[in-house]
Amino acid sequence: MTRYVCPVCDFVYDEQAGVPREGFPAGTPWSAVPDDWCCPDCGVREKIDFEPAEAQTGTGTP
Amino acid sequence: MTAPTGAESGQVTWRDPKRYLWLIGLVVPLFPFISWGLVTFTGLGAFWWTGIVLLYVIFPVVDHLFGKDSANPPDKALTWLEQDRYYRWCIFLYLPLQYAGLVTGCWLLTHGGLGLPDRLGLTITLGGVAGIGINTAHELGHKKESVERWMSKIALAQTFYGHFFIEHNRGHHVRVATPEDPASARLGESFWRFLPRTVVGSLRNALHLEKARLNRRGRSPWTVHNDVLNAWAMSVVLFAALTVAFGPGILPYLAVQAVFGFCLLEVINYTEHYGLLRARTATGRYERCAPRHSWNSDNVATNVFLYHLQRHSDHHANPTRRYQALRHFEEAPELPTGYAGMIVLAYFPPLWRRTMDHRVLAHYDGDVTRANIQPSKSRAILTRYGKAEQAS
Repeated sequence: MTRYVCPVCDFVYDEQAGVPREGFPAGTPWSAVPDDWCCPDCGVREKIDFEPAEAQTGTGTP
Repeated sequence: MTAPTGAESGQVTWRDPKRYLWLIGLVVPLFPFISWGLVTFTGLGAFWWTGIVLLYVIFPVVDHLFGKDSANPPDKALTWLEQDRYYRWCIFLYLPLQYAGLVTGCWLLTHGGLGLPDRLGLTITLGGVAGIGINTAHELGHKKESVERWMSKIALAQTFYGHFFIEHNRGHHVRVATPEDPASARLGESFWRFLPRTVVGSLRNALHLEKARLNRRGRSPWTVHNDVLNAWAMSVVLFAALTVAFGPGILPYLAVQAVFGFCLLEVINYTEHYGLLRARTATGRYERCAPRHSWNSDNVATNVFLYHLQRHSDHHANPTRRYQALRHFEEAPELPTGYAGMIVLAYFPPLWRRTMDHRVLAHYDGDVTRANIQPSKSRAILTRYGKAEQAS
């Protein structure tokens, strides 16, 4: 399972946890998230701007 | 991103010069009490209009007197500055004062023995508090903590503008400075033309955003989980409670203050991105929002009253950043005065355009085709600025 981090606000999309509130239940792969889906916290970056954060255990560093 | 001025120092000894100034923002929700006090003290009913006089006359003058402050906190101080909970309480305290003012205002309107002009003045004063309350809600609604998002909805209940919290964060911030954004004003668009476009467009977008989110979850939009509907439900409960307490005669006043309040928010919206446009990249997407896509002002008085809202470029670059940590950017376009003065100009479109159109043009190095132009005025504007060949 992989994690992806918003480069602006450090919001993390974790495939294992998904984002149920946004309609992506736990286990939803990143590939199933639409490209135009925006970061739910800052609204500045879309899915394609997110960066992989595999090695990180925290909430990403700026 | 260009390093902001003042960021090079970064000693741990840095002290925030505005720390205690933020408490001045709490003067706004005290407007109804200040009005009442002045009326009682002087016996003059005209003081019920205190809120509006402060907003439209006193604040713009004070803005000029106090001038600008472009100092930024050093980068090293940003983390603790954001984490210091004192700054949150300066915002949180707005809410109890706002609602204490509303209840007191409703009591005065129904039991205060006021004549119609006095009641109207007080209603507009209440609307001013509610409108600036949307700015407080704005600061709270951008935060990641759910308690702050809840408080944002509570602050919006007085103006029935709960959908703002959805559309602003997930609509406006995504589409800012593009023709698709109802809350970004276009070159040549008067405030009076912008007002219905932004009010209706923002409402429609908010409903659409929640519908799309709930659809992904396989749910109908008709649920309490719809953040637009549950925010509006707060307004229904608030208005119903005030009607039970003060009688149905209070409803017209509640309606007027709400409309005045959200129109005040929208005139501030009008100034923030007037004429500014994000270019398209080679892939057809809009370029990322940059400091050049928002109008800023470093007038310190309005910045204190509006929690650094005028450091708008940094807000759009980092929407979740807390107000006390927002920075001034040298490269961001600067308004000739603070938002307080600009909103007064916005009510008079010829004055506004004389003040702003040439600034938009200068921002684009004289190339008006790079601006966000009102479609119905496109031909006239292109012709006036020497681009007639592109007017089709």
